[in-house]
Amino acid sequence: MTTLGDSLLASGISRRAFLKFCTALTSLMALPPGMAPAVAQALAKAKRPSVIWLSFQECTGCTESLTRTSSPTLENLILDMVSLDYHHTLQAAAGFAAEEAREHAMKEFDGKYLLLVDGSIPTGDGGIYGTWGGESFVDILEQSVKGAAAVVAIGSCASFGGLPKANPNPTGARAVSDLVKNKPVINVPGCPPIAVVMTGVLAHYLTFGRIPELDAQGRPVAFYGETIHDRCYRRPFYDQGKFAKTFDDEGARSGWCLYELGCKGPITHNACATVKWNAGTSFPIQSGHGCLGCSEPDFWDKGSFYKALATTSWGDAATLGAAAAVGVAAGAAAAWMARGRQDRIAKEK
Amino acid sequence: MDWLAFARGPGMKWAVAIFVIGVLWRLIGILLLRGKKDLSEPRSRSAWKGLRLIGLRSWPRKEFLGGTAFGEIMGYTFHIGFFAALFFYLPHILFFEDVAKGVIGVNFKQIFGVAWPYLPSGIVYFFSAVSVAALIAVLIHRVADPVKRLLSNFDDYFSWFVTFTPIVTGMLAYSHFAGPYPTLLAVHLLSVELLLVWFPFGKLMHAFTIFAARAVQGTDFERKGASL
Repeated sequence: MTTLGDSLLASGISRRAFLKFCTALTSLMALPPGMAPAVAQALAKAKRPSVIWLSFQECTGCTESLTRTSSPTLENLILDMVSLDYHHTLQAAAGFAAEEAREHAMKEFDGKYLLLVDGSIPTGDGGIYGTWGGESFVDILEQSVKGAAAVVAIGSCASFGGLPKANPNPTGARAVSDLVKNKPVINVPGCPPIAVVMTGVLAHYLTFGRIPELDAQGRPVAFYGETIHDRCYRRPFYDQGKFAKTFDDEGARSGWCLYELGCKGPITHNACATVKWNAGTSFPIQSGHGCLGCSEPDFWDKGSFYKALATTSWGDAATLGAAAAVGVAAGAAAAWMARGRQDRIAKEK
Repeated sequence: MDWLAFARGPGMKWAVAIFVIGVLWRLIGILLLRGKKDLSEPRSRSAWKGLRLIGLRSWPRKEFLGGTAFGEIMGYTFHIGFFAALFFYLPHILFFEDVAKGVIGVNFKQIFGVAWPYLPSGIVYFFSAVSVAALIAVLIHRVADPVKRLLSNFDDYFSWFVTFTPIVTGMLAYSHFAGPYPTLLAVHLLSVELLLVWFPFGKLMHAFTIFAARAVQGTDFERKGASL
């Protein structure tokens, strides 16, 4: 393997640009500023690892997020940091030639390659809902995981099952971490995840040679440690009780909080409010729409995107009607029994 | 399903259902009880005057002021703080409006023509803190006073606990103190659900019966000619 420093030099990246990249990366990974030189040194010496990217039940949005960013960016740079040996969408080869490339990379870099997965894995009916060349996604994942150093689940589908797993989950879609138990799995959820978060996770692995600190959902704390609400620029309006009531009222035009319009920012862990999208241009809330909570498990099944978080999904009139009927019947029965006791006591007297 | 999803969904659904069942059970059970016939001559022409007791009992009597002032002041302090937080905090209002919309299909604004007013979150937080302080004070008073301690049972302490917990967890969730917001919100909702489940079966049921009980007692006293 060539070192990352050699690779960047060969592709014409200046040292100045590389140091700027490392400084931004250090900040992104929530490391002390003094760590930037150490990060640069470690990255320059790092071997470019082989990366195999498997796409299962997915929409290619994660790959779009990674590649369709304005250029030149840190995201493009990351493609020089790894040896992307297999990726359906990005590679020119197809069919058996492509599969050979994957098998070759798995053999040559056994125990060292990084396995990136986007999309959930359909396990229903023997995994028949997703196959390549006659092999089910379940089998391909199992084969590919064997020699991997670590697995990175890219996007909410790979991390938590995502949309394919949404109720009633007809294909038996499951997350990578549901199936991979013997290798470290890093979840990088989002629909899609922020490009710089994906690259940041890879950079962390290259810099430190180990996976970053993860939260209870297997997400890197550096990027998913805080909620959107925690870092939202509209938060002061929440605290002041200033809420937009519709998407086009005075409050919305004044940039007030979107809580009442269904924003899920308070329960969503992601870096959208800090890192933002499209080279730091904006993020959904800044564009006037509430957060959908796409980096949280089962976000698709947590009720309407346009109902406030406080409204819950508590039930309906039929449930309350049935409860009221039971309550009235129980009360009448209790009173009837009490009257019976009164009558018995009166008779005994 | 995570704890928050459970608390927002099935947990809340069952808690509300148990609350409705329990409250109606207790109220219907009381309303259908056979009252004891009073065969004596009424001392007052209008028993309705006895309804004054509803108001009179809401204010301390001069004769007992020394002994009851602390309880009365703390009681009012707690209830004002609690109701301000419960009914004038926007997320709570949205919850109530959602429940009302689910049951009768219209919201507050459609009924009354104006939106349900709410307070800035900071002010609600202040009211919550005041009500927590009052609750702690009454608990200390209950434990420190030998007579009150003797009169107290599990119902008293558990009712205090299920009232105290939602306010404290709500404050923690709002301030993001002691944990991530989704966890704190889940704990807050679960504590509210515990309150709803316990409510009809313990002393918290006084919220539904207190004024009716005073009305019944007042009319009874008036009929017997007792001084209110």
